[in-house]
Amino acid sequence: MAEAKLTTPLTDKDVESLNIGDKVLITGSILVGRDSAHKRLIDLLDAGKPLPVDLKGQLIYYAGPSPARPGNPVGSAGPTTSGRMDPYAPRLLALGLKGMIGKGSRSAEVIEACKKHKAVYLAAVGGAAALIAKSVKNAEVVAYPELGPEALRLMEVEDFPAVVINDTRGNDLYVEGRAKYQK
Amino acid sequence: MREIEAKTITGAVKKLCIDANYYLNDEVLEAFRSYKEKEESPVAVDILSQLEENARISQEGQFPLCQDTGFAVFFVELGSEVTIKGGTLPDAINEGVRQGYSEGYLRKSIVSDPLERKNTGDNTPAIIHLEIVPGDKLKITILPKGGGSENMSEVRMLKPADGAKGVIDFVLERVSKAGPNPCPPIVVGVGIGGTFETAAFVAKKALLRPLKSKNPKPHLAAIEEELLEKINQMGIGPQGFGGRCTALAVLVEAFPCHIASLPAAVNIECHSHRHKEVVL
Repeated sequence: MAEAKLTTPLTDKDVESLNIGDKVLITGSILVGRDSAHKRLIDLLDAGKPLPVDLKGQLIYYAGPSPARPGNPVGSAGPTTSGRMDPYAPRLLALGLKGMIGKGSRSAEVIEACKKHKAVYLAAVGGAAALIAKSVKNAEVVAYPELGPEALRLMEVEDFPAVVINDTRGNDLYVEGRAKYQK
Repeated sequence: MREIEAKTITGAVKKLCIDANYYLNDEVLEAFRSYKEKEESPVAVDILSQLEENARISQEGQFPLCQDTGFAVFFVELGSEVTIKGGTLPDAINEGVRQGYSEGYLRKSIVSDPLERKNTGDNTPAIIHLEIVPGDKLKITILPKGGGSENMSEVRMLKPADGAKGVIDFVLERVSKAGPNPCPPIVVGVGIGGTFETAAFVAKKALLRPLKSKNPKPHLAAIEEELLEKINQMGIGPQGFGGRCTALAVLVEAFPCHIASLPAAVNIECHSHRHKEVVL
């Protein structure tokens, strides 16, 4: 298990160098969106319309932060369960999205799409939301403000901590980590 | 009769919402410390340390422990000698939720219709479980319930012939399938008996018991012990990255049931295990 620093936007080479269990520290802009924002993006694709953001080389963080106290860019900002975004993820990966950050297992289709389109799935520590928020330097709503906590955001992060769960070769830390300690 | 002002209830509920979301309970911190000593995986120890650090940042900076500040679930014990003046109990509680979630910078996570999915904007309505008890006190307990762990919960109508083994197998299957999703280390509430909805209620209410407590009935305490041991042998570990510490506690409660039935419910709770109570 290695430690790697990642700066967005990401290239194929950046993500191909990662292995499951690696700790990464992410710096740069990341997209933030969850259930409703994903549904709207997919509805736009279905209608043949352009997306409000460019996904190429991007990372998307599955999260709906709590409201910011005055003077802070964001409230608490931990990951939500990624499995709910499984039906949407492969289409976004096909458009050049290089990675997703969340928590919990992904479907076989998402893991396959990570292999096919050279992308990774990372986990942030679920429930460590106040700690994670320390790495958020700025946050702005870029689309769907009416969705409140589910709006699509762009966050500037510095050394945002995450762990590689699914790499570009189809490996899964949740499967391998568990097998190692199963009695 | 003793009178309690509705606005007193609202104020107390507002404080409960904020306190439950900012301050990790001591019993959870104690469980983290004790599991760190037993944990075989260095990654797992690191995760538990991050959760301790998160609790410290939340307390000092007045931030919610988790961005998912939950569905506001209340267990209310209303003394039969109490009357509420200046409003109704549900209105007073919902107003407390409205104020607490707004003033405490807590996330509003409730949609008014499960299919249309429009946010209510103030985290109401609360879920209120009301029980009338003897006396002149009003006890209000909040258990803000996050979506990730609640989604991993289940009710199953077993057959009486399935017995204790059937219940144990069901709980293990549910926890195994949940894997990393509900933010382990988890707390597992198990409700056995009652009707379809009572089993789920009993499982949720079991989560309010102290983590170190045992069910006073030996046959139920034995199930708790067996389940905790087997769950912690699954290898899921903190966050599902692999390790020994998958569950902090298994709390089993039972209720009388029909001669034809053996309902069982598993209510999974994340490691923040937020709950606070007040007696008025």
